[in-house]
Amino acid sequence: MTGYIIRRILWFIPTLFAVSIVSFAIIQLPPGDYLTVLEAQMGAEGDYSPEVVERLRERFGFDQPFLVQYGKWMWAMLAHGDLGYSFEWRVPVSSLIGEYMALTVAVTAATLIATWIVALPIGIYSAVRPYSVFDYVATVFGFIGKATPNFLLALILMWLAFVYWGADVSGLFSPEYKNAPWTWDKIVDLFKHLWLPLIVLGTSGAASLIRQMRANVLDELQKPYVEAARAQGLPEWRVILRYPVRVALNPFLSTIGTTIPELFSGAVTTAIVLNLPMAGPMLLRALTSQDMYLAGSFIFLLSVFTLIGTLISDILLTIVDPRIQFDEA
Amino acid sequence: MTDISQHESDLLKSYAEASGFRLGWAKFRKHKLAVVSLYIVGFLYILAIFAEFMSPYHHSDINRRHVLAPPQVVHFVDHGGGVSWPYVRELKSERDPITRRLSYVEDVETKHTLRLFAPSEPYEMWGFIPLETRFLGISEPKRGATMFLLGTDTLGRDVLSRIIRGARISLSIGLVGVALSFVIGIVLGGMSGYYGGWVDTAVQRTIDFLQSLPTIPLWMGLAAAVPPGQDPIVTYLMITVILSIIGWTGIARVVRGRFLALREEDFVLAARISGASEIRIILRHMVPSFASHIIASLTLSIPEMILAETALSFLGLGLQSPAVSWGVLLKDAQSLQVISQAPWLLIPGLAVVITVLAFNFLGDGLRDASDPYGKT
Repeated sequence: MTGYIIRRILWFIPTLFAVSIVSFAIIQLPPGDYLTVLEAQMGAEGDYSPEVVERLRERFGFDQPFLVQYGKWMWAMLAHGDLGYSFEWRVPVSSLIGEYMALTVAVTAATLIATWIVALPIGIYSAVRPYSVFDYVATVFGFIGKATPNFLLALILMWLAFVYWGADVSGLFSPEYKNAPWTWDKIVDLFKHLWLPLIVLGTSGAASLIRQMRANVLDELQKPYVEAARAQGLPEWRVILRYPVRVALNPFLSTIGTTIPELFSGAVTTAIVLNLPMAGPMLLRALTSQDMYLAGSFIFLLSVFTLIGTLISDILLTIVDPRIQFDEA
Repeated sequence: MTDISQHESDLLKSYAEASGFRLGWAKFRKHKLAVVSLYIVGFLYILAIFAEFMSPYHHSDINRRHVLAPPQVVHFVDHGGGVSWPYVRELKSERDPITRRLSYVEDVETKHTLRLFAPSEPYEMWGFIPLETRFLGISEPKRGATMFLLGTDTLGRDVLSRIIRGARISLSIGLVGVALSFVIGIVLGGMSGYYGGWVDTAVQRTIDFLQSLPTIPLWMGLAAAVPPGQDPIVTYLMITVILSIIGWTGIARVVRGRFLALREEDFVLAARISGASEIRIILRHMVPSFASHIIASLTLSIPEMILAETALSFLGLGLQSPAVSWGVLLKDAQSLQVISQAPWLLIPGLAVVITVLAFNFLGDGLRDASDPYGKT
């Protein structure tokens, strides 16, 4: 098992390189570069100077081949933790991106935990009382939750909150805390705003988790060992929680690997609609203005965090489920 | 007594002799939601194919006098209390003297009755068949007589007509995207499952890698690379290609799994011993036995494509106006100011949800039906 975990971690390194190449290739795809955008802007303002453009081009190596540019970017990142320069904001990317990425990771992690807390008991209850009213409600909720895009759910909830409370519930902080330093009050304020993104991001994940938990527990409940536990005279809730639920939990850990990419994806659109200070809106803006290092860093870091999440879930799974085979890395 | 057992043995006999298709169909029909979904999907595609005829107005007709008009209700009871032929009431607009905002009231006196195959301005179906009739409309069109069943947008365009017209792109992008993913998926998945070895490892690692990436940031990056201001058809095709770059992975997994399972089956071995060529084994023996399963998984991946297109267009990275898709329509409903004033602009979202639900149920039903000998 230790061997498997080590191999799994080693495998992480080439994957990281593949991700960095893909991120860099994507931001290189659009025709032209930031300088074309800049030239057009300067042309519109009437102070076009070819020297400035030429100097910038040389400085950032825009005229060099792809691999050289990639090498420079990668080297700066590995050697100095330098993610490049944001043309639009005129500051290094690393000084810009930190808080946005931290909030993205925090909100995503909070969503994952909230999803589990909500979905597990509902799934178990649905399986124990199949075809009850509660089960039907959970099923309908599950299907609709899967079918509704995140951004649409965000819009609808925002609209409902406006109609019934007359409040604009977008954002992650109240105005007075937006640019304030991190204090206890600011954290409390964050939690007051967190419920909406949690619901929006968590619904589709919760929906599929409920379905899966229900199916897993339902399968396990048929098995003879459950009957044996009952025959021993254990109270019903203990029978269920001690045995079938424990077995049914394993497939869960293995689905984290697919849930985390979905959550990060969803977080991007949701953040744009709800105007959250997370990676989404910044990424969208950077992409449209061809601010390539900023966009590339966002895509790269979002993918890296996704990969880390998947790695952790794989390792957890091997620890929790002894039946997993380790024949391949 | 004997009658019943006679009947039962007939049933058993017919079950044993029935073709795979008949068994599958019988099983599919048991899945009530799937049958209903089949009708819904069929209806939606008819709307999309005959969009010009089915929509009450041209999707880009601008009505300056009816900007952001609320949905008009179809009435069956007239002002006096008697039952009437279905009609809508004329909308009277009033401008608030202070905020300059238009508000609308129904004029209870003015009735405009509806009819099927109503006369309309001349238009062209599919761009070449001239017509002057639409499926539903006002029986005697005159000035001020409007029928905006789902309201109008910020330029006074009929939301219902735009949803119907948008169905053409939104519903076909799923099919085209899935077809493309399917071609890539079946080639790579088939190779992976059939040859095994290093081909398998390479393909599987690629799939693992692509599936572990967050799709939306990736799609956003790719879609931002699509040069703007091009022919909408080019953009449309490029978006489908972008969606397929990740979309093929799921299909390849399914195909590979089936190949691996079937490779060991007796009938494949029998065919090989009889001297059938590899290509014949694959096409004549293996593909037919997993075709139905593949169709079911294809159906389940259509809604993912539809959702992806909607999200990209909503963000302004996919299709752009004047092209009409459900995502493009939802882009109009992006800000709280707009939806608090005109919540009906969210209705295209309902179309998305209904379509995705219908495809999911249909796919579930097909999956059950694709395994007619499995447990119910």
